[in-house]
Amino acid sequence: MKKLLTIVAVAMALATGQAMAGQYDSITIATEGAYKPWNFKDAAGNLVGFEIDFAKDLCRRMGAKCKIVEQAWDGIIPSLQAGKYDAIIAGMSITAKRQKVITFSRNYLSGGGGLVVMKSSPLAGFDAGIKFINLKDVDAGEKAALDKIVGTFGGKTIGVQTATTHENFLREYLGKNVTIRSYDTQENLDLDLQAGRVDAALASMDYWVPLLKSEKGAKFKHVGPQMSGGPFGAGTGVGIRKADQALADIFSKAITAALKDGTCEKMAVKWFGYNNCSAP
Amino acid sequence: MDWELIGESWPVLVAAIPETLVLAISSLAIGFVLAIGIAVLRLSDNRLAWAAAYGYVYVFRSTPLLVQIFLIYYGSGQFRPFFEDIGLWYFLRDPWFCAITALTLNTAAYASEIIRGGIQSVPWGQLEAARACGMSGLLLFRRIIFPIAIRQALPGYGNEIILMVKATSLASTITILEVTGEAKKIIAATWSPVEVFIIAGAIYLAINFAVTRIVQWAEVRLSPQLYRDRPSWFARLTGAGADTAGRSPAISDQLH
Repeated sequence: MKKLLTIVAVAMALATGQAMAGQYDSITIATEGAYKPWNFKDAAGNLVGFEIDFAKDLCRRMGAKCKIVEQAWDGIIPSLQAGKYDAIIAGMSITAKRQKVITFSRNYLSGGGGLVVMKSSPLAGFDAGIKFINLKDVDAGEKAALDKIVGTFGGKTIGVQTATTHENFLREYLGKNVTIRSYDTQENLDLDLQAGRVDAALASMDYWVPLLKSEKGAKFKHVGPQMSGGPFGAGTGVGIRKADQALADIFSKAITAALKDGTCEKMAVKWFGYNNCSAP
Repeated sequence: MDWELIGESWPVLVAAIPETLVLAISSLAIGFVLAIGIAVLRLSDNRLAWAAAYGYVYVFRSTPLLVQIFLIYYGSGQFRPFFEDIGLWYFLRDPWFCAITALTLNTAAYASEIIRGGIQSVPWGQLEAARACGMSGLLLFRRIIFPIAIRQALPGYGNEIILMVKATSLASTITILEVTGEAKKIIAATWSPVEVFIIAGAIYLAINFAVTRIVQWAEVRLSPQLYRDRPSWFARLTGAGADTAGRSPAISDQLH
């Protein structure tokens, strides 16, 4: 037992020693392995998914040798703190609560929200001119697109699931112009969209994309831009120990590069069926 | 217990009381009128009228109100083209219309049975006396049967009013933001059901306290002979001013 403890202690000392050196040429990354299609296990038991591909690409860019390990979700932050691994890539949203305990790289996924209307609706032809709006810092083009949304949907009824980031967005940006109907479940909202009681529905693109491809969503159509940032939250990032801020910066640099050259988009389309990568 | 949350939530919930009252009062008012008609049909000698009224009461008393609300709201949405053709979609599109319709149909079924019981309790002697005075038909119903029946039915109907005030909370399931709807919305955002539902419960308690006082007042107004010279509760307990059976003098006078 003593021997084992010594080995563990030495191993941990080596691991943290490496981290301290600021080299980061060998990184252990934890993922959950149970969150399809972000990260999950195929029939043979291998870890696969968007984040597995993406992590490998980031490591290539960082020139680091990476090892991806599996870790149950409820212990994923404590084990990071204990030094079992150096980074978490597991579909983890960047939230203020988590930021009190760990630090994050920049975001790489921000699916955000989108509006859906009936194909038969006069709103089905709506086009805001651009495909993405990042509400964190709105430029002139994004401002014009937001105004277009207000102009077209003003006076209409928009449904949303209650107590979601999407509802926060509606109240903040369209509260004065549209009638907001809050639903306890997304299914009830979908029923009322189909019945025509609401003119449009706002929800996560991660929800809409598979639905619109299925038979249930055959009469629905996504219109307008994909909206992220601001009330929609800060997106998904790599979780890292606060002491390793330098590693977080290295990750952020690699992520920005992967977002710029289209690598992220290619992988997102493969795994999610649409581009939910953050804006570079 | 999050006192700050209680402080923030109660004005929001109190502001939703008018919505709850509109639902309760409008459905009770329309339902009461319907109920009189149904009760009369239930007592009619026409087999067809009797069967229709009986069937209606049976269906609406024997299915949950939540199911009725969902059927009217989401059911009508599924058959939208049909309701558009017959011009009803304009109304059914509105959750308020659906909620008040469901509550009205529901209370009409219960209230019709209460009123039927009241009508059947009208003593034959009084009907005969009225007929002897030349009254019949609607005049007999308006002057004799209805006023006596309503006195008999009032305690039971008071129950129904209270049940309806509480039943309005089900309207929250079809996006109406009355007291319970607002409460559920705050809970979804704060994950603190205890604080918020305590306030919501207190609001229903206050509304129904007012309802019981009003019904009690109406009982006294409509049957003053039962309450006149009534000895106090304490006096009845000790037997002072009452006969040996503990009846109040006013009631025992009537019995003699």
